[in-house]
Amino acid sequence: MPRVKVARKSTFIDMTAMCDVAFLLLTFFILTAKPRVEDPIKAEVPVSSKEKAVPEENLATLTVGGKDQVFYSVTGSDIRAGALTAMGEKYHIQFTPDEVKRFSNIEIFGVPMVQLKSFIDTDPDARKAFPQPGIPTDTTNNSELSNWILTSRQADKALHDRALDIAIKGDKKEQYPMINKVITVLGKQTIFKFSLITDLKMAPKK
Amino acid sequence: MAELDTSGGGKHKGGKVRSKKASTRIDLTAMVDLAFLLITFFMLTTTLAKKKEMDLAMPNNTDQKAQLPVAATRTMTILLGSHNKVEWYMGETGKSAPTVDNFGKEGIRKALIENGKNVAATHAAPDNFMIVLIKPSDKSTYENLVAALDEMNITGVKSYAIVKILPIELGDLQKNGLY
Repeated sequence: MPRVKVARKSTFIDMTAMCDVAFLLLTFFILTAKPRVEDPIKAEVPVSSKEKAVPEENLATLTVGGKDQVFYSVTGSDIRAGALTAMGEKYHIQFTPDEVKRFSNIEIFGVPMVQLKSFIDTDPDARKAFPQPGIPTDTTNNSELSNWILTSRQADKALHDRALDIAIKGDKKEQYPMINKVITVLGKQTIFKFSLITDLKMAPKK
Repeated sequence: MAELDTSGGGKHKGGKVRSKKASTRIDLTAMVDLAFLLITFFMLTTTLAKKKEMDLAMPNNTDQKAQLPVAATRTMTILLGSHNKVEWYMGETGKSAPTVDNFGKEGIRKALIENGKNVAATHAAPDNFMIVLIKPSDKSTYENLVAALDEMNITGVKSYAIVKILPIELGDLQKNGLY
């Protein structure tokens, strides 16, 4: 009888160490996790040999891709809320506090002001199916894109007293005129320094 | 009802004291399963390869006073055409025939390095660095522009700018079937 007992015990593996490691890794991944933002359009960025990482805050990103569409995203929900309020005043659209709150959670969008209200009111799960035609852009100083950038910069200045960085995230197959248009919009606001988002080249010095 | 079953699975019939020893061991299998499931989830949802950024400074065209005269012989103009091809020439527009070239190590990079050396050799210091004008045509892609800017970085060109292309240069590109 006692001998049988010993044999049975040996099948039990001590998992304490494994459990420790598993939870250590889990903690690491939870702490470093940053949910991936799904872009409404596939913008495959070109490669370069630059190794400077994109800053994670204080950045407005203009995603250019698809059919010459421009999408806008800015970090910080307070800046987004501030920009929306200012944009509402500019275009005479009243946004309720609830809508401002909902908008401040939208990472990236590409709808004109007239559609923005219905876009915000759409259920977050159904938002993916919402057709986003891109933000209206032209080279004048009063296009919606220009105003979004301007109001975000003003909000950032008022809330944090810092200058908002601008980055262009362009699809590599995008034709130059559209990129030029975006650069011109920035130039009109005397933004002459901005960054282009790229991927690191896999095989350097090809 | 509300008490824990501390017996080790009913495997002992005789020894009462030994059964207590086995009960201190907790079965961690389920816990480890869960932990690894969550690890897998977090690993897959995090972005590992962070995007990089390339700083770009456009010339401030609002200030006309801040313009310096520069020797034309120091400038190299790169025209970005269609089909991922470039044309480049030294000096003034129309004075020298442009060379059609490719992107990459054997193409524009070689030309940049060679021309940079020539300019450095033929001009007096400290103004002997080459100035590169990148002129993208409407048929070039964003990728071409970034590749051209990247070449500036690789070859260490100190002074470069993105400039609007001229009609005569478009004609050149057209002649070579790049527009």
